[in-house]
Amino acid sequence: MSRKITRRKVLAGTAAGAALATFKFPAPAIAQAAPFKLGLLTVKTGPLAQGGIQMEQGVMTFLKEKNNMMGGRKVELFSADTGGSPAGTKTKAQELVELDKVDVILGPLAAFELYAISDYIIQQKMPTLSLAAADDLTQRHDNPFLLRASATSSQAMQPMGHYAATEMKLKRVVTIVEDFAFGYEQMGGFQASFEKDGGCVVKKLWPPIVTPDYTPYLAQISDCDGVCQGFAGSNPLRFMKQYAAAGLKYPVVTGETGGDDALLKSFGDDALGLVSCCPYTLDLESDGNKRFVDGMLKNFNTVPGFYAAGLYVNCEVVDAGLKAAGGDASDKAKFMAILKKVSLTDTPRGPIKFDHLGNVIGNFYVRRLGKEGAKYGLKLWNKTVKTYDNVSQFWTWPEKEFLAHPVYSRNYPPLRKC
Amino acid sequence: MNFWILLSVNSITFGGLLFLLSSGFSLIFGLMRIPNLTHGSLFMLGAYVGASFLAGFLSIKLDFWLAAILSAIVVAAFGALMERLLLRRLPGDQLAQVLVTLGISFMVADFCLMVWGGDPISVATPAHLSGFVRYGPAVFPLYRLAIIGIAAAVAIGLWLLLERTRLGAMIRAGVDDPDMARVVGIRVSQLFTIVFALGAALAAFAGIIGGPILSVYPGLDQDMLPLALVVVILGGTGSLLGSFVGSLIVGFLYNFGQALLPELAYFILFLPMLLVLVLRPQGLFGRQLS
Repeated sequence: MSRKITRRKVLAGTAAGAALATFKFPAPAIAQAAPFKLGLLTVKTGPLAQGGIQMEQGVMTFLKEKNNMMGGRKVELFSADTGGSPAGTKTKAQELVELDKVDVILGPLAAFELYAISDYIIQQKMPTLSLAAADDLTQRHDNPFLLRASATSSQAMQPMGHYAATEMKLKRVVTIVEDFAFGYEQMGGFQASFEKDGGCVVKKLWPPIVTPDYTPYLAQISDCDGVCQGFAGSNPLRFMKQYAAAGLKYPVVTGETGGDDALLKSFGDDALGLVSCCPYTLDLESDGNKRFVDGMLKNFNTVPGFYAAGLYVNCEVVDAGLKAAGGDASDKAKFMAILKKVSLTDTPRGPIKFDHLGNVIGNFYVRRLGKEGAKYGLKLWNKTVKTYDNVSQFWTWPEKEFLAHPVYSRNYPPLRKC
Repeated sequence: MNFWILLSVNSITFGGLLFLLSSGFSLIFGLMRIPNLTHGSLFMLGAYVGASFLAGFLSIKLDFWLAAILSAIVVAAFGALMERLLLRRLPGDQLAQVLVTLGISFMVADFCLMVWGGDPISVATPAHLSGFVRYGPAVFPLYRLAIIGIAAAVAIGLWLLLERTRLGAMIRAGVDDPDMARVVGIRVSQLFTIVFALGAALAAFAGIIGGPILSVYPGLDQDMLPLALVVVILGGTGSLLGSFVGSLIVGFLYNFGQALLPELAYFILFLPMLLVLVLRPQGLFGRQLS
């Protein structure tokens, strides 16, 4: 017969192909032994890399400790560098979901990155455990596929405000933080709880994220008895140096990023006395924390901070969820419901559980930076002075009341006369 | 009153640091017409290398000033290599020069991330300069005042180099008219390498001198480069006096702009640059570009 391709042959071939495509092959019984695909969205280049590198180290430490197994299945890790931009995050998220077909996404790091993929996550029903602190994503614009085991931007600052007013007996505080959403939400939380307990915020300063020299702002700090800073990344180091160099002596309080344990090796004596409130503290004496810190030191020779701990805890949550689901994460909505019910007692940050909006309820530690108790070759140490348990994102306000007022912003809560 | 004194003095000291940063850029752009976008990264590289020397290199702990000079020499060597191997092949092609220097700046930034990690490094203030000077209620850190002295010393040194040495005469000839300079026998291409290396050395020196104030961290290059650009455009390229005056102006704009109108901080910083580009493109003290 002639080898020519005739129209008849093409039609016959297409019909056969279409018929074959609709035929469902029986799923092989080896599905359960298929590797569990873990996607990681982190930042490995640019200014956010400091936290991003730590995030990856936290995940690797967990996987090395558990011999690359989660919930009885082997883990395949897909690590993606978003470059710290929303567009990059979207691209990498799409790659992880559609190309690598991951089961769960860990990360991204920054709030603006999470906002960029929030709708996409809901659309793809992809369980996501992020460190990004954007308050509203577990409040007024709740993302049902987001689980947050670290904290909202305001969650650590609310107990800090309470501590500053009731234990440090501060009355007039000047706040200073970068001019973006993470900053607004931190200071909003601080102000709301500080003023609830009798304090007053006299001035709010918002230097741009890129500010080599804080002196123009430091010159405006006066007529107060304390300063609340909320800087992130490398900025806290520069701020504390320049604060001391300007001769200012008011006590300084801060949140989870301003006094991060990962900065202990970089801080100088100018940071002595810094009081911070953080969901994770290096000096927590627990088995869970010891395993984690030993793992980080052994694998990366780095003292961990908030970012590494956050991702390690996220891995523990996924592991527990996968175990509870019997190793089956194929039904995304069902897996998400199981993850939300996870409750752990011995994580590096202590006991955690989640509220119905997917945000963590856990311990928050108030620490003071000093020299005593320093371990792991460090000269400075954050020593826990108070532990607040069962702290939710709403602090001591009832949920309805908290959600009734607008999200914390530059102008909310408004400044009042002190 | 205290506020105004504090900010005025800080404007001058910040201006001093900016002069150290931008003088190298101005020199390179003035002589070679190369917009060296690697300048910020060379600043950062110098700061990292200097910080390493300070922390102890081959188990020798170096003095602050020695570390600064050594760091400048190391980065100068890198700059010379960069000029010889890459930029020499792109004479006159400004677009290519911009892209190449930008690309190298990304590579240098990533290299620093690889070698020194993502965490910020604190540079200790030299011991004999770590006190305060009090003037009434105002407090000035001694080191910041010292920067004014350092900037002045470097400015005088550069002026002497340009005005009183043969090398300086050749550089000035090359800036005024490179073709004529070649005609009279000046080895302009060799001069280019020396000037580029000198510019890189100045950037690196500025980086380590700024270390005690700014610390060293990934992203330092992106934070400082725009300021250098504004200074050079305002003051005029190829002109030492332009760099000096431009630095002071930017120092004042930065400090008072940030303090009085923080929402418009960048607007205040870049608006004069825009005006200069439109009304007097050669800058305040630059030569008319032919």
